[in-house]
Amino acid sequence: MLTREVIMKKKTSKQQVLKIMLHIFLILLVINILLPMIWLLMNSLKTNNELFKDSLALPSKWLFSNYAQAWGTGLFAYFKNSLIVSSISLMFIIIISASLAYGLTRFQVVGSNVIFFIVLGGMALSEQVALVPLYKMLQTLNLYNTYLAVILPYIAFRVPFTVFLMRAYFLSIPKELEEAAYIDGYNSFQIFYKIIVPISKPIFASCAIINLKFVWNEFLFANVFLESKAIMTIPIGLMTFSGDMRSNYTVMLAGIVIASIPMILIFLLMQKQFVRGLTTGSVKG
Amino acid sequence: MLKRKKIVPYYYILPGLLMILFFVYVPVISNFVYSFFRLSSYSSGKVFVGFDNYIKLFTSDTFFIMIKNNTLYAVISLIVQVGFGTIIALFIESKLTGRLRNVYRNIYFIPALISLTAVGLLFNFVYSPEVGLLNSALRAMGLQNLTQAWLGNSKTAIFSIIAMSQWQFTGYITLLMVVAIQNVPKDYIEAAAIDGAGPIRKAFSIMIPLVKEQLLVCSIITIIGAFKLFTEVYATTSGGPGNSSQVLGVYLYQNAFLHDKMGLAAATGVLIFVITVTISIIQIVVTKSGKV
Repeated sequence: MLTREVIMKKKTSKQQVLKIMLHIFLILLVINILLPMIWLLMNSLKTNNELFKDSLALPSKWLFSNYAQAWGTGLFAYFKNSLIVSSISLMFIIIISASLAYGLTRFQVVGSNVIFFIVLGGMALSEQVALVPLYKMLQTLNLYNTYLAVILPYIAFRVPFTVFLMRAYFLSIPKELEEAAYIDGYNSFQIFYKIIVPISKPIFASCAIINLKFVWNEFLFANVFLESKAIMTIPIGLMTFSGDMRSNYTVMLAGIVIASIPMILIFLLMQKQFVRGLTTGSVKG
Repeated sequence: MLKRKKIVPYYYILPGLLMILFFVYVPVISNFVYSFFRLSSYSSGKVFVGFDNYIKLFTSDTFFIMIKNNTLYAVISLIVQVGFGTIIALFIESKLTGRLRNVYRNIYFIPALISLTAVGLLFNFVYSPEVGLLNSALRAMGLQNLTQAWLGNSKTAIFSIIAMSQWQFTGYITLLMVVAIQNVPKDYIEAAAIDGAGPIRKAFSIMIPLVKEQLLVCSIITIIGAFKLFTEVYATTSGGPGNSSQVLGVYLYQNAFLHDKMGLAAATGVLIFVITVTISIIQIVVTKSGKV
């Protein structure tokens, strides 16, 4: 009896040590992740002189005016542009993908296998390969340096992946549901809007959120296809802003913080949809 | 009536299909054609030059630097993001972490949400010689002789960029692996525990075989990402100093829009295409065959 207790005790204390070591390791990683961000926050509240004197010291007075200045001298405009571009792109990505995925899962059309292959193939094609011809094309179409210059490619490049996610979900919806509606006299469009769309809200939310992450942060197309400051989105606007603020580092740092906050907030609020979208698709970027 | 019905599916399919064909396939195919021409962004004229652009690309001094840098980025990312990221995921999902499990997971993931530009600009500061976090920290620890201009030194530039990416994306792979581990049926792990398997044995004999499909997907997206690398380099060093941190994506961009050599840029695009599509096909073949 006594020996068994000793063994148990030994085992639990060994577990206890392991547990503490594990937490120490994981907390060290947390520090490693958070340190650059905390350092950024701290220095974004300083004067330039303070930053140059010692970037590790706390600010003597918290200078929230850096944030006001960053917002006022450009970031607000970039933010607005990002809102316009992201919301329009997102809306069309979801609508077009949903109907394409529905068309592919519910009807046997001539060449539907070929169409599906074309859509899936679109996922493997990278933005860089299309960059030069798209640039020429947008110039020819007189769309270069307009919102549409990024909105159209964003939609086209995100539809394949979104169809891929939605298709899997639509296939899991029992056909009986639609057959019942068909008997009730619904036509195909009514079935789509009144039955499929409402029960697909979870996948729509996941798709919306991971596409938002893409369009909000997209840099390559925006950098090449948007030229004037007046229509730049946040990621390129931030580059321009940092150029404008070359001698005003702490305002620039405040700008980086402002640009980063929306996605972090949305993630914290909609974690479930975010994680589901990321893991069902497992595509980076 | 019947005729109308037959056309209905196309109402659903056509908008998306046309978008993809017109704005993805047409440009990608045009890029192949462009790669055989000399063309400029200022005029619409083009001159057929055969394989000249490819010869220029493959014989340029920077070609080997780029291949080396992209490959280096892929290999280090595989080791750190996929390898180390999976180990972190196993740690997080072990019984010992308790309620803090989701807190760890979420904090590790946060950098992946920040735009590449913002991270690039932040790390320009972190690596800056005088005020930077890295040098300041080294000085504070009494390691003055290790301090340097991390992005301004041709020996350290590419490694500094790679390190920045590991900081940003390791938590992303960790999150993907955490979810895969959570989907492993609990009975398997309990059965292993009853059979007396220790934590390491459990990880290697039970967990890793059961999540190998996700592990493969993570490896593939990491490798493809490495060959599409652009913003991280563009926002920090633009390929410099010299060409020491040059990668295919930045080279493509610079030739197209700074040096006005759009044909050479298109040839670089074809190379990126061949590499990324080959890797994608490997993924499809391997996962479809089910033997991972």
